[in-house]
Amino acid sequence: MESFDLSMIWAVIIGFGVIMYVLMDGFDLGLGILYPFAPSEEARDVMMNSVAPVWDGNETWLVLGGAGLLGAFPLVYSVYLPALYIGVFLMLAGLIFRGIAFEFRFKSRRNRVWWNRAFCWGSAVAAFAQGAVVGAYIEGFPVEDFVFVGGAMDWLTPFAVLTGISLMVGYALLGATWLILKSEGEIQRWAYRITPVLLLAVLSAFAMISVWTPLVDPAVFQRWFDHIHLIWVLPALALACAAWLLMAVHRRQEGQPFIATLGLFLFTYLGLVASKWPVIVPPDYTIWDAASAPESQLFLLIGVLFVIPIVLAYTAWSYWVFRGKVRPGDGYH
Amino acid sequence: MELDPLLLSRLQFAFVVSFHAIFPVFTIGLASYIAVLNGLFYKTEHPAWDRLAQFWTRVFAVVFGMGVVSGIVMSFQFGTNWSNFSYATANFIGPMLSYEVVTAFFLEAAFLGVLLFGRGKVPQGVHLFAAIMVALGTFISSFWILSANSWMQTPAGAELIDGRFHITDWSAAIFNPSFPWRFSHKVMASFVTGGFVVAGVSAWYLLIGRDVEANRRALSMCLWLLLVLTPTQAVIGDFHGLNTLEHQPTKVAAMEGNWETDTNVPLLLAAWPDQAAQDNRFEIGIPNLASLILTHHVDGEVPGLSEVPEDEQPTVWLVFWSFRVMVGLGVLMIGVSLVGLWLRRGGRLYRQRGYLQVLRLMSVTPFIAVLAGWFVTETGRAPWLVYGLMTHAEGVTPSLTGGMALFTLIGYMTVYAVVFACGLYYLTRVVRQGMLPESGDDADPSPHAKRPFSAANARFDDDAAPTWRQ
Repeated sequence: MESFDLSMIWAVIIGFGVIMYVLMDGFDLGLGILYPFAPSEEARDVMMNSVAPVWDGNETWLVLGGAGLLGAFPLVYSVYLPALYIGVFLMLAGLIFRGIAFEFRFKSRRNRVWWNRAFCWGSAVAAFAQGAVVGAYIEGFPVEDFVFVGGAMDWLTPFAVLTGISLMVGYALLGATWLILKSEGEIQRWAYRITPVLLLAVLSAFAMISVWTPLVDPAVFQRWFDHIHLIWVLPALALACAAWLLMAVHRRQEGQPFIATLGLFLFTYLGLVASKWPVIVPPDYTIWDAASAPESQLFLLIGVLFVIPIVLAYTAWSYWVFRGKVRPGDGYH
Repeated sequence: MELDPLLLSRLQFAFVVSFHAIFPVFTIGLASYIAVLNGLFYKTEHPAWDRLAQFWTRVFAVVFGMGVVSGIVMSFQFGTNWSNFSYATANFIGPMLSYEVVTAFFLEAAFLGVLLFGRGKVPQGVHLFAAIMVALGTFISSFWILSANSWMQTPAGAELIDGRFHITDWSAAIFNPSFPWRFSHKVMASFVTGGFVVAGVSAWYLLIGRDVEANRRALSMCLWLLLVLTPTQAVIGDFHGLNTLEHQPTKVAAMEGNWETDTNVPLLLAAWPDQAAQDNRFEIGIPNLASLILTHHVDGEVPGLSEVPEDEQPTVWLVFWSFRVMVGLGVLMIGVSLVGLWLRRGGRLYRQRGYLQVLRLMSVTPFIAVLAGWFVTETGRAPWLVYGLMTHAEGVTPSLTGGMALFTLIGYMTVYAVVFACGLYYLTRVVRQGMLPESGDDADPSPHAKRPFSAANARFDDDAAPTWRQ
């Protein structure tokens, strides 16, 4: 058991699950956020159609992450969920409303406007709540003797509101570049138009968070400014992705804007991880403090290592089947 | 009035889990039924089996989808409202719940798509194999959940170190003493539920004279099954009760409404348990029968509630009456199955409209019986969350306030009310659409989404004026 560090393996798995979730559910939540601004009802059809075949697979990672945390890092589970009690409820309610909107919008005519609203509000609330989780994570939790001792609304700080709104804008950017990839004609032109605006908003938000974070947590300040590290590569790469995105949009390329945005998210995420590593329940608890018993981690690892390749293969296959442009009037299912 | 976060959390959990349980209890039974239908079609090539299989697969898809949606909330409930419990038991409950998720995803990724969308696209044998695997998968899923639940009832294979349970023997923990009977009882309940729903819907189709040939087959098959399953369930339930008597005597005492340990205890048919007085205000019973059922001797000793202090007793009236609802409905279901057998003589089964109406109404009874059964076993272990080791009060989230708990309780009730109303309404439309081949289903060249709901394409509302009153 001593020969390899199970907590480390689990941290990698959970970290992988989180970024998979953010990237994949991110763009479909983003489409929901952009929904009210869409140029036409036809565009809304295309937007929803472009993610309808894959959205529930995207949420696989959220459920797997939730259950995996309980199994591998129970301290995270038993501190974050009470601390974010109301936020978790809002996120789940948002995701559920949005989920049934996916199922029933295309099966409706007269009631369609209600499903549009459920889709938009559900997506926006869920995205905001997830962003606020990031803010709460950066700020840390009051924990005594492995039990959360803060109050119900402690998580809703100005900083968490900023991260919440930032993630909404970030998801909207993912959604817009996804739409560039999946649509054509007027809808695509609209997506090209809004992408630079959204990128500007995202970059401003990231700048504010980057300045604010070291002030919130001195440990983060130390990590970044004490001695120049290789970690400065990460924000540099994120900025490079932003520049690539702008260029790709300027040249009216179709696939590259989305990939560049994925890169922007990935390097920002890695930057955040690098700021906090190996602390998982800030300010004090590391992944090893938060871990479950090694025999439990091992027992669960076997099943998860078996299923992750299958889920990945299935996911890749679904995206492959539904590759290419979505046109107005395509199969409403 | 002071809002009690503990009580509200218990109510919330009971609400969320009861609501969720309705779906899997049905899909587990239905998945096996669909596998059987596909098997019959594979063997006999008779088109009626195929039509039935296709129709019930559409229903399965919608119910499965609703189960997944309501299940997402479950995986967060443990942390939000029961964080101390989660932290203490994570070494066991964590892997069990995760394995359930792993099983469900594996199932969905590998076989559900083939079952729902593969008909005509993969060889028939492969399709049948997928149907069997989906049925098997639903069992494995419930295996993990029931193991976790049974472990909370009869903890085993674990050692409590510094307030956290550490697993010393995985097989003892997974196959803990109450698990085999609880699992059998639940699986059988799922079969009975599936049987009564299919019988009820088939009866309704026969009443309105639609698809008579296929629905006669379905009805006849269900009634043969139920004739065997319902009495078997009673026998399994009896063994489950004996197991409970051994491990959780207080729960059995509450089920029987028996306050003092005694011999020659009567079986109470009705009573008004008064917790404050520690006695029944009124009771009607059959002499010696409880002793006979529980110990198989008329003068056997039955434990009483007074064996434990008052604060370690469950809410007796709730356990007592939930138990009677479950058993009462169970007896009713056995009776209805027997009447079906009797009506077969002279072929009156399909023509006796009164009986068909009864069957139609009976399709909700197994759900009520299952929920009542869960109330017996879950409230009957109170105040214990992990039996004998951790109480509800110790397990609840310490930072939770009554206001927060009330807010989310109302919130979840609202969300679920909407989901349930939409889902149920949509299901009625799927059933109303019936077994006719769906228009343009196979002609549509665009690739279908591979989500469960996509397998049903009945419309949610009508383009023109409402026609559902027809």
